[in-house]
Amino acid sequence: MGRYVVRRLLQMIPVFAGATALLFVMVNVMGDPVAGLCGERACDTATAAQLKREFGLDQPLWRQYATYMGNVFTGDFGTAFNGRPVIELMASAFPVTVRLTLVAVVFEIVVGVTLGVVTGLRRGRPVDTAVLLATLVVISVPTFVTGLLLQLLLGVRWGWIRPSVPPQATFDQLILPGLVLASVSLAYVTRLTRTSLAENRRADYVRTAVAKGLPRRRVVVRHLLRNSLIPVVTFIGTDVGALMGGAIVTERIFNIHGVGYQLYQGILRQNTQTVVGFVTVLVLVFLIANLLVDLLYAVLDPRIRYA
Amino acid sequence: MPEPSLPQPQEPERAIAGTGTGAGMDLAAAEAATVGSGETGRPAGRPRSLWSDAWHDLRRNPVFVLSALVICFLVVIALWPSLIAPGNPLHCDLARAQDGPSPGHPFGYDGQGCDVYTRTVHGARASVTVGVCATAGVAVLGSVLGGLAGYVGGFWDALLSRITDVFFAVPVVLGGLVLLSVVTSSTVWPVVGFLVLLGWPQISRIARGAVVTAKQHDYVQAARALGASGPRILLRHIAPNAVAPVIVVATIALGTFIALEATLSYLGVGLKPPSVSWGIQISAASPYVRNAPHALLWPAGALAVTVLAFIMLGDAVRDALDPKLR
Amino acid sequence: MRAPARVAWAAGAVAAVLPLAACGSGAGVPGGSVLSSSWGDPQNPLEPANTNEVQGGKVLDMIFRGLKRYDPRTGKAENMLAEKIETTDARTYTITVKPGWRFSNGEPVTARSFVDAWNYGASLKNHQKNAYFFGYIEGYDKVHPAEGRQTADTLSGLTVTGPRTFTVRLSQPFSSFPDTLGYVAFAPLPRMFFTDHKAWLDKPVGNGPYRIESYTKGAQMYLRKWDAYPGPDKARNDGVTLLVYTDSTTAYTDVLAGNLDLADDIPATQLKNVRKDLDGRYINSPAGILQTLAFPFWDKAWNTEGARKVRIGLSMAIDRETITRTLFRGTRTPATDWTSPVLGKAGGYQPGLCGRACTYRPAEAKRLIQEGGGLPGGQVRITYNADSGSHKEWVDAVCNSINNALGDDHACVGSPVGTFADFRNRIAQHRVTGPFRAGWQMDYPLIQNFLQPLYYTDASSNDGTWSNATFDRLVDQANATRDRATAIRLFQQAERVVRDEMAAIPLWYQNGSAGYSDRLHDVALNPFSVPVYDEIRVG
Repeated sequence: MGRYVVRRLLQMIPVFAGATALLFVMVNVMGDPVAGLCGERACDTATAAQLKREFGLDQPLWRQYATYMGNVFTGDFGTAFNGRPVIELMASAFPVTVRLTLVAVVFEIVVGVTLGVVTGLRRGRPVDTAVLLATLVVISVPTFVTGLLLQLLLGVRWGWIRPSVPPQATFDQLILPGLVLASVSLAYVTRLTRTSLAENRRADYVRTAVAKGLPRRRVVVRHLLRNSLIPVVTFIGTDVGALMGGAIVTERIFNIHGVGYQLYQGILRQNTQTVVGFVTVLVLVFLIANLLVDLLYAVLDPRIRYA
Repeated sequence: MPEPSLPQPQEPERAIAGTGTGAGMDLAAAEAATVGSGETGRPAGRPRSLWSDAWHDLRRNPVFVLSALVICFLVVIALWPSLIAPGNPLHCDLARAQDGPSPGHPFGYDGQGCDVYTRTVHGARASVTVGVCATAGVAVLGSVLGGLAGYVGGFWDALLSRITDVFFAVPVVLGGLVLLSVVTSSTVWPVVGFLVLLGWPQISRIARGAVVTAKQHDYVQAARALGASGPRILLRHIAPNAVAPVIVVATIALGTFIALEATLSYLGVGLKPPSVSWGIQISAASPYVRNAPHALLWPAGALAVTVLAFIMLGDAVRDALDPKLR
Repeated sequence: MRAPARVAWAAGAVAAVLPLAACGSGAGVPGGSVLSSSWGDPQNPLEPANTNEVQGGKVLDMIFRGLKRYDPRTGKAENMLAEKIETTDARTYTITVKPGWRFSNGEPVTARSFVDAWNYGASLKNHQKNAYFFGYIEGYDKVHPAEGRQTADTLSGLTVTGPRTFTVRLSQPFSSFPDTLGYVAFAPLPRMFFTDHKAWLDKPVGNGPYRIESYTKGAQMYLRKWDAYPGPDKARNDGVTLLVYTDSTTAYTDVLAGNLDLADDIPATQLKNVRKDLDGRYINSPAGILQTLAFPFWDKAWNTEGARKVRIGLSMAIDRETITRTLFRGTRTPATDWTSPVLGKAGGYQPGLCGRACTYRPAEAKRLIQEGGGLPGGQVRITYNADSGSHKEWVDAVCNSINNALGDDHACVGSPVGTFADFRNRIAQHRVTGPFRAGWQMDYPLIQNFLQPLYYTDASSNDGTWSNATFDRLVDQANATRDRATAIRLFQQAERVVRDEMAAIPLWYQNGSAGYSDRLHDVALNPFSVPVYDEIRVG
């Protein structure tokens, strides 16, 4: 187990190198970012050249990459085009985004799994149908619309919440954004739980447990649910990164200055240093999330072991 | 990587024994059938393979029949939209923007003054193609790679899993802007290809997880103990038991792919204008939802029906493949 | 962010949010009449010569006053810090700064404050994006050569002649030069800007009616009224909190919910409801912004006598009236010349100059395009950048209008480009094959600014590389003429050349829009579509 974790942590090194190199190339393929800095006119040649020098863009790509990686190890993640150090952007964006993601994941686990269990045990009943319809709404109506309507209803009409999230973004202020962000994933989690539950309902160990005369609740939670959670846990593991880096729409609606926004701006303004810096951190999050998922497999299904 | 400590082979699952002696059976399965308890729940004289069993069940399942009919209908209007919507989807009269329904225009007009009904019908082609093809591509690529990784384990699993990690890391927006902006083709295929490239890692991880679980099962151990070949175990014993989560994720992903196509179009790298698709309709109508909800409702409804049909289809197929439900 | 900064940030946020929570109820706010206003994160460091977009400009307009100031209502350039600006030849100017002006840190504003600031702005090594504004001043080619290294650090045309006087010598006559001096790039800078640049950037110090109390980059800025401000336009409120919004819809919703006092730039999608939502607390006033379609004149197919007819035909095929009414709900007005209504007729605005060519005449459009040999390549592709999100709609509407006029569903299609930088690169590298989006926000309210940078041969924003000797000659003449009325007349003659050649299709004049809460009074937008903060009264 310990050796397995160490091995997985060591694997992060090549992934880190590979991901940064890939992103470096991708952002550079988009072309020269300096042209976008002078508004609706062409930067004059001298200023453009000076700006390129300033941001190190006059160097060949491999050299830019080497310089960047060298700087990263000293804690310098470069500068965004508005003059702010990327590390400062990350320090302000990641805490908010981590909180938002936590809220969303809690929703996925609590609401999603509960609904999954309820619908899985009552297949074909009205509650199953109702949840299916809600799923369809969530999939076919963009989060932009659900977010906007909820904001108008709860924030303006009823005045229950503040429509936008203030800069400090505490957990309670992130409840609605977290729910909106989690909505599509909720659909996945609910249906995955429901299906796994249905699959395992007739498994031997469940029948054994029932035959032993264990209370129904205990059978469902301890035996049935535990073994049904593997696909759910896998899904949530893959979803964490999407929630963190891809919450562009949710962040926009609720005015959250998080990772999604900064990354999106970095991409649109073609700022290599912002993009690579943010995504590098996201890659680390993925690696850790997936390691946790793999370790959870063994917890959820005792038959799976790690050497 | 997961290295299972093999439990002792036990009595194989009853149902697996039912993967009977139909055409194309090979020795290992025949052995499995004979070793098993032989209690198939079917007339002993005509045992079928798992897949033909499934087909037999499906044909009688009203949910399957209904969803298949809906899908056939979608395919027909995707191929010949003019059958039910003879109008020109590209004809728009801005003076009628956001107007409600009127005779001959049952769904009203969108923000550009285009007929919502005609555009919804004509949008089926791009959206259904994108949704179905991308989902199929993702499901096949993801479950093959993820399944192999989960089954083989060790180095190859580690390699594949780390590659998926890198793939996850590339933001959709960046990937789209880089890969799709160089494309000049005005067909849907670049978008489909991009969505497959983007979507396979998720299915791959789901499939891997399912296979890692399934291969611990007693009947798999039994089949292995009986000397069944690797591919055979994977296809015959593990796949049917690992396919459920893949189906679930794929059917929902179908809807999100149709919506993602609109995101790509919004970024200027999706379908080339003047294209008509549900995703583009939905994203254009979204900001106006307060004033013209009808322009959003119809394409979103069409998308919902499509997703519903595939979810039901997926459910029915899964049920049919699940031997434990027999 | 380091820990101390974080604490200050949180404290500032709480301070800002508490009064906001109360403003919906109209209760008295502790600490006086401070209003909150929507803001966007500035795209450049907040240096005056480096700020080329409206969000950074918003702040600079509050903390700086220059030699001239454009009247918020008429747009006319009036002396602010300038006591007098004198010239005999429209080439050498003697500028006298009024006495008694100070920066908010107490330092007096002198002639040197201007000269140092301008030298800094022009110098290549400081890579200021508005450096070209100093291009008229003699010696610019030394401090900012087009290529290679700079051979001087200061502009030879600038000489300090006394504590409050300096002279400016231009490289050629330019009679409107004094009127350009209200532009923010010409603002004076305190010594601290040069001696402790980083501290200045963290909390800029200027000489305007507000001073920056706290600034959390990317989130908010609190500007307090500067009580000792020596100018005539003292703030009528106690301060302004600028809150960064990444989406104008959210800012608008916050105004509805009573969490924000002022949102400028109301999203077009909400305009249908704005009057009802805000009970008339909505303003929509002209700004010096003109949207046009430019043409790739480097492409032979667009640069022939026949193509001239095609360009005029395309202009006639666009139903500006319906588009501005339906999509923009009156926040744009159909353009009938190549300037802007904010100039006023005295300033050179000529409504109706474009005439028939700018009115919707589908039949004539079709005929002209046929006479001109048809659309180059059989189809027009209107190129625009998709990243701002708002261009797709009107480009689609323009294309639909053209398609309807020509009776061909594929006559016109939009051609989106993913990022603004890519869009600019394609134009710069001549990789655009049809008309492309061109928007012009004026730097200063002069007819010269709407013509010369856009249509003069090789001018900085002449993206379509249009070139016309008559136009160039008329502009040169106008710039050399000292009489203002004569100069404007010459510019108008030049504008007629632009019209006859249809160098760019004028689409619509853009307005500024804003919505505000019921505790604000005297809210107005200046011709740059920025709220006139100092005039707003709270409560």
